[in-house]
Amino acid sequence: MPKITYITNDNQSHTIEVQNGLTVMEGAVQNDIPGIDADCGGGMACATCHVYVKEDWLNKLPKKEDGEEDMLDMAFEPKKNSRLSCQLLVSNELDGLIVSIPSKQG
Amino acid sequence: MNKIDALIIGAGPTGLFTAHQLKLIGLNCEIVDNLEKIGGQCIELYPDKPIYDIPAIPECTGEELTNNLINQLKPFNIKFYLGERVEEVKKEKDNWLVKTNKGNSFLTPNVIIAGGVGSFEPRKFSIKECEKFENKSLFYSITDKKIFKGKIVSIFGGGDSALDWAVELSKDCKVNLIHRRDEFRGAKTTVDKVHELAKEGKINLYTKYQMTAVSGLEKLESIDIKHDNEEIKNLKTNYVLGFFGLIMQLGPIASWGLNIDKKKIEVDTEKFETNQKGIYAVGDICNYPGKLKLILSGFHEGALAARACFKLARPNEKYRFEFTTSSKTIKDRLGIKGD
Repeated sequence: MPKITYITNDNQSHTIEVQNGLTVMEGAVQNDIPGIDADCGGGMACATCHVYVKEDWLNKLPKKEDGEEDMLDMAFEPKKNSRLSCQLLVSNELDGLIVSIPSKQG
Repeated sequence: MNKIDALIIGAGPTGLFTAHQLKLIGLNCEIVDNLEKIGGQCIELYPDKPIYDIPAIPECTGEELTNNLINQLKPFNIKFYLGERVEEVKKEKDNWLVKTNKGNSFLTPNVIIAGGVGSFEPRKFSIKECEKFENKSLFYSITDKKIFKGKIVSIFGGGDSALDWAVELSKDCKVNLIHRRDEFRGAKTTVDKVHELAKEGKINLYTKYQMTAVSGLEKLESIDIKHDNEEIKNLKTNYVLGFFGLIMQLGPIASWGLNIDKKKIEVDTEKFETNQKGIYAVGDICNYPGKLKLILSGFHEGALAARACFKLARPNEKYRFEFTTSSKTIKDRLGIKGD
């Protein structure tokens, strides 16, 4: 199973095996990683599953849809490497992905 | 003080349909919602976006769904308290005493929380110092645009609210419009208008900038904005407006003594009752094994919670299951004549 590393706000690193087909958001929520609220449940309607993707992964990820970029306008402190984790589908290609969770979601 | 059979908190689809269920079985109810409009997330987050999984409705928008639910409630005269937030829920003998932030109070044996993911609040700037200026020279909504006349106003955001206000205020203020990227997500006509006004020098457009600092003693005097390439600009400004949409906060619900885990209220699947007798949670805000955050699940949960309300509101009567197609009593309640 692909391994995803979540770095939480307190600088703790949590590496978790996430099943193919789940999203990076679901991987966090199902494993009680704090800081990903995902209020809307993965509908790209709330921006509370916002993460920062480690720079060297940016170009390896599927491109953002317009709707994702629109929602990121509303995220807490968005940066160039901001993504909504509900839009990142876990696959073998994502094995080793590292994301950081912002200090808060709203 | 209003004495009622049930109070519903939240006027989204689940709250509306739960009201319908309560009225069908002969209970009265009233609805409180923090938003100014009926419809909850459907109206606030996706009024124009299509929904494809409402049973028997192949496709409808959030707004159409809301309007249909309101129409369905037409036979009943249900009182709505909009723009009001429930602050307090306290036990009073066999009833709950519920108070809102606008001074309304209700005495009821049944409180149904259909609160979505809590109440919508504006998203705020992340800079701590902004709090000091909030509602004085920094705003997240506008109630009186006259105060900006002749002043320098810096507007942040890339959606319709930010763009509409930039266009409107550019008529008699000096407007800075600041957004984190080049693209705006507002209506195309408004985006075009903003670019036109920027060309004419009526709006100062700063894209790929975000705010990094605010300064001023009593009133706001200037702000720092930082470009993606790290360059910092200092802008003199009298007012700052932030339009970053809404975020959902659990708010006062967290202090009502309910079992809450990850912002969700735990309920049973027979009555959708919480750990407090007579307080139910339905729709997105509740959680139980197998919970699906679908509108159709909210409808089911509301229907069962309504039956549970009957027992507490009419302790000396027996609830009798009836179909709307055949029950004379229900047809009377719906105001349907003869057949």
